[in-house]
Amino acid sequence: MASLELGYVMEHDVNMEDRPELQPAQSWFRRVHWGRGIVLWVAAAYFIIPFYAAMQFSLANDNGQFSLHPLTEIGAQPGFFSALWLSTELAFVTMVIVIVLMVPTMIYVHLRIPRFRRVMEVITILPIVIPPIVLIVGVDGVTPFWLKSSQWLLALIYVVLAMPYVYRSLDAGLGALDLKTLVEAARSLGSGWVSIIVRVLVPNLRSALMSASVLTLALVFGEFTIANLDGWQTIPVWIYDAPTIDPRINTLVAMLALFGTAVVLMIIVAFDRKSHSRRS
Amino acid sequence: MSMDTKSPLVTSTETSPPMRGAPVVLENLTRRFGTTKALDGLTLKIEPGEFVALLGPSGCGKTTALRVLAGFERPDVGRVTVDGKDVVHIPAQKRDMGMVFQSYSLFPNMSARDNVAFGLQLRHQRSGPRRARADELLGLVGLAEHTTKYPHQLSGGQQQRVALARALAIEPRVLLLDEPLSALDAKVRAELRDQIRALQQRLMITTVFVTHDQEEALSMADRVCVMSGGRAEQIATPAELYSRPSTEFVAQFVGISSRVAVERSGDTVGLFGREVKIRGDVPQGTESLDALLRPEDVDVVVAPTGLGIVTHKSFLGATTRLEVGIGGASVKADILSSGADVFELGTRVDLVANARDVLVTASRLAT
Repeated sequence: MASLELGYVMEHDVNMEDRPELQPAQSWFRRVHWGRGIVLWVAAAYFIIPFYAAMQFSLANDNGQFSLHPLTEIGAQPGFFSALWLSTELAFVTMVIVIVLMVPTMIYVHLRIPRFRRVMEVITILPIVIPPIVLIVGVDGVTPFWLKSSQWLLALIYVVLAMPYVYRSLDAGLGALDLKTLVEAARSLGSGWVSIIVRVLVPNLRSALMSASVLTLALVFGEFTIANLDGWQTIPVWIYDAPTIDPRINTLVAMLALFGTAVVLMIIVAFDRKSHSRRS
Repeated sequence: MSMDTKSPLVTSTETSPPMRGAPVVLENLTRRFGTTKALDGLTLKIEPGEFVALLGPSGCGKTTALRVLAGFERPDVGRVTVDGKDVVHIPAQKRDMGMVFQSYSLFPNMSARDNVAFGLQLRHQRSGPRRARADELLGLVGLAEHTTKYPHQLSGGQQQRVALARALAIEPRVLLLDEPLSALDAKVRAELRDQIRALQQRLMITTVFVTHDQEEALSMADRVCVMSGGRAEQIATPAELYSRPSTEFVAQFVGISSRVAVERSGDTVGLFGREVKIRGDVPQGTESLDALLRPEDVDVVVAPTGLGIVTHKSFLGATTRLEVGIGGASVKADILSSGADVFELGTRVDLVANARDVLVTASRLAT
């Protein structure tokens, strides 16, 4: 604390006559301000140091110099493209199913049974609370045989896993709209429900839908346990168990997945800010 | 031509085809929400091209009645006929009714033009005529220069005008206005009030307007339906409603009434030393009644030995409202502001009834 106040004392000495005396409240505020900075730096270090270590491990050559050469080797690894394609397919199908399922449901709940939102919140939190191992064992017990060997079973499980994130994104998006009035205005003009959802609500839920999609994408590209137990080699499974891979490549792919998701998230945030400032 | 600098309703008369209103009948409508009866046998007949205001306090059922007419609520009992056809089972999107809402209901993702053209697009009108019609209607409401703006770029009054143009674009059989002015400031509200009325008179479109503001209802409507407890208390022209309220509720709600205990003698009552005829039905079974007085029904004169005392004084512009405490009652009276100087708080005064007849009700003391 002494060092924090030292800066003030020195400045105070120089401009003694010009500056008003520092009040206790101001002093407290300044400390809070510094405190906030420290928290931010600690948090940043928490993320940056492991990221830097992983990058150094995967991109540095034997002499300790950074090189982008390992990036070119990723495509040559066996199974990489099939794992990438499977994860992409699963992500796309999961996104489509969860959005087609959740958008009308959420609109219905918000409009007709708003009291059910609490129940929905509890239901959609269950996939986070229930351990994946329990989920996959349970699902296996009730899945018809023809679906058990299909990769779409994995997509259906991911739909359940994505629900907490999609629910919260859509709930926030719908909460920001005067939903009842918009729907009634559209109906009075002759619009049916499909038209209301497609032409009026979805364009106004764009940010929420994009957030939901990115979170689903991140979930599918990061989920390991269920894919592994169900015997599918998605990207996380490939990173973990491909035996012939140089471990540096594994780490590099994991970093790229993380980096890619972060970039998409930043784009969403920027887009959301832009559309928010346009509306306000 | 700038539509904002000149009354927008003077323009476009030749280009805009006249609309035709449909007769509307609400018959014995009843609607319950749980244990609350929002509508309790409401019956209302509206002539083609008529402007009817549903007026009443919060919870009287006026918005529910409008929503039943729009198709957003279904009545438990009763019929709604438009142009002679029962529409109760027809969904809202097939009723051809334009509606303007209390809250700004424009679609945020569409420009003013696209908002207005939305209903036409649903009716598969081609892009060129659709766009021309939207622009024409925006011109009609004075927004010709704002066609490409988005809702967030428009003021509240402008948004409501776009909403009005959007409702009119589909050439509705009935125009429904659900307190469209209540979110606007006083000046814009007065302007838009005049515009809506002028537009309705020109297009002759059957219009139902919900409001809790008696000034709005009286100044805009051909007839006003005063509602209470889900029923129509009185349906009458604004002038008749004000001068001849049929019930105590209407008298109290429309205009400002004072209540003064009076004694009946035959079909007259004694009011401040004068015999005044009873208006309408005389309550039976009691001689003790209360007279309901408008502020303009009473004259106030300074009298050092008078029985009344000025207890409150409010400057209203051309008139000043006095409240006079007399015989346990508080009576409101309007006087010209030019002669209001002699009335200070505490001044002793006499009241003189100047009304030809007066509405009476059973005395509160008697009940």
